[in-house]
Amino acid sequence: MNFDDLIQGFPDLTTTGLAQGSIYALVALGYTLVYGVLRLINFAHSEVFMFGTFAALWTWGIMGYDSNSTRPDLGTALLLILVSLVVASLFSGGVAMAVEAVAYRPLRKRNAPPLVFLISAIGASFVLAELMGAFTERRQQGIPGLLPGEPLFSAGGWTVYPLQLMTFVVALAVMFGLDWFVAKTRFGRGIRAVAQDADTAALMGVNKGRVIALVFLLGGLLAGVAAVFYSMKQGNTRFNVGFLIGLKAFSAAVLGGIGNLRGALVGGLLLGLVESYGAALFGSNWTNVIAFVVLLVLLMFRPTGLLGESLGRARA
Amino acid sequence: MTTETVKKQRWKLNLRDRFQDLPKPARIAAMVVFVVLLYLLPTKAFYENLGFPIPVGSGYLPFYTTGSDMAGVLFQCGYYILLALGLNVVLGYAGLLDLGFFGFFAVGAYTVALLTSPESKLITEYNWLESPWPWLVTVPIAIALAMLSGVLLGWPTLRLRGDYLAIVTLGFAEIIRIVAKNQDWILNGDRGIPSVGHPPGTWPDGEAIFDLEFTPYYWLVLTVIIAVIFLIRNLANSRVGRAWVAIREDEDAAELMGVPTFKFKLWAFAIGAAIGGLSGSLWAGQANFVNSNTFSLENSILVLAAVLLGGAGSIGGAILGGFIVIYLPEWLRSVGDVFGWPTQVEIAGIHIDVSPTSLRFVIFGALLIVVMIYRPQGLWPNRRRAAELKDRQKEVAPVE
Repeated sequence: MNFDDLIQGFPDLTTTGLAQGSIYALVALGYTLVYGVLRLINFAHSEVFMFGTFAALWTWGIMGYDSNSTRPDLGTALLLILVSLVVASLFSGGVAMAVEAVAYRPLRKRNAPPLVFLISAIGASFVLAELMGAFTERRQQGIPGLLPGEPLFSAGGWTVYPLQLMTFVVALAVMFGLDWFVAKTRFGRGIRAVAQDADTAALMGVNKGRVIALVFLLGGLLAGVAAVFYSMKQGNTRFNVGFLIGLKAFSAAVLGGIGNLRGALVGGLLLGLVESYGAALFGSNWTNVIAFVVLLVLLMFRPTGLLGESLGRARA
Repeated sequence: MTTETVKKQRWKLNLRDRFQDLPKPARIAAMVVFVVLLYLLPTKAFYENLGFPIPVGSGYLPFYTTGSDMAGVLFQCGYYILLALGLNVVLGYAGLLDLGFFGFFAVGAYTVALLTSPESKLITEYNWLESPWPWLVTVPIAIALAMLSGVLLGWPTLRLRGDYLAIVTLGFAEIIRIVAKNQDWILNGDRGIPSVGHPPGTWPDGEAIFDLEFTPYYWLVLTVIIAVIFLIRNLANSRVGRAWVAIREDEDAAELMGVPTFKFKLWAFAIGAAIGGLSGSLWAGQANFVNSNTFSLENSILVLAAVLLGGAGSIGGAILGGFIVIYLPEWLRSVGDVFGWPTQVEIAGIHIDVSPTSLRFVIFGALLIVVMIYRPQGLWPNRRRAAELKDRQKEVAPVE
């Protein structure tokens, strides 16, 4: 127990925790969306995220920036990030839809029980991760540093780095966008209807198949956004990065109440903060234990997560 | 439609019915022959006399994993089969989704390692033990501790709904692994515990039976598997087994009918955990060295895949599944050379390693998807459970 570190580093720990938590939250939304609609733990979502990191890496590579390049100026960096955001999220979205079409849709037609979906998802996860592993020779690949490494500003002990601020702001913006999309648009209404009662929604003329495909696409897009920021933060990627992030993000989704969009946001940020503080308190190699212990304790007292409402019952 | 049962023609019956039709002595004889065959599996000569055409000079033998030691692969299959049998009780019989089953394996393995290794900190630092205990004595302790950890985990969590139970068990396995990795007081972190004891016994010429050679370990694990099968079969056909099936099919209805569901769920958890611990102690007896790297989460998922691939709720299915998930990737390692599979292709200037070794998990993953689509009840299903699934398929007309 090291309270001094916690108190002295509190501002730094908070900013890093929030930045990391934003990434968790973005990935967690993918789990929550799919779970809310299909009652299915989309095990392959972590690989969708992993494909996003490589899409970002390749995009930067094609545009002439690899891990050996010098840091570009701010304008170029922003352009690079923007392009990679678009490419990575489209790529991840595409992968997510492909997974749905190959591994889940045939099962849905046969009305398979949830466990069968889970195994199919595990199979898809193996296929995606190992394909990428074979393609990249299982090597870790470096990612160029794009944003300046100096602090953006510091005031009263609070130091904020450009990447952290950007991660947090973009994540929040994306999440508000998603919230609006689900609450206000016609497609969003379709998603909520299918989440509430798929068969009744289908009777009312909602195209169930299309809504489900859309949900996977949305989850993939968000995972792509998360992948870009994760790559920049981590400085490298590998064919198996998805596993741990996926596990954390899923925990975040459960923490906030799975099936609940705002719950994923709250859960993700909370998990990021808890990990960050916990690492200072107990040492960084206990990070993952802390995350899980918090999750287990919370589930014992509040089995439906913090906000604990389903996507279907979110306000109309 | 007539109500009288028409005796089907013999060739129309499936394999299982045909087998059931045989007279009892014939069935027993067949089983004995089969078991003897199983004991013969690790010997190379067995494959040389199979009678398949073998490409000359390839060193290839059908079904023999030339890429790795056959007896070693079979031993690994063996303890995975045990794990699958244990998870089958939890998942197949009682219908509880446990994603962290390997945690119990870790508990069993560490118990054995701590008590049998002369370099365990229980001896060197804390002086709790005078000298290392023999392996055989520690196995029941390992089983008991695994069972206890199953009860401790199950007590607070079994009240949770299915998916939450999944994540809690997942967290449990991960916590065990990280604690084993990080703490230094007993488990020695990443450095692990060396010189773990082996099972007892010597050949007539005084050499230890259980040393570096894998074959005796395979025979041992095979024997244990056979014993466990009898145990589980009897359990499944008893009052306990019927209670599990009732819980799996409809928990609320079971509770209303007077089945104490919580108690039986806890029993399923404990018995599954005990078998997992047994598997871990067998593995530790062979491994000689135990550290946290063995207990990664992928293993839990592999065991889960084994149970569902084979067919949850069926002993034969768990065995088949446990065998496939280990054997198939290992076998794929060696077949590429024989059938002239290219090891590398070049796409857009990038060399991609397409050897079966590299792609074995791609193939395995694709197999999982295909089996789940076309045979969701598993390869060797439990009849009752297959019927439950079939009912489900009829229930809803898909709207697509």
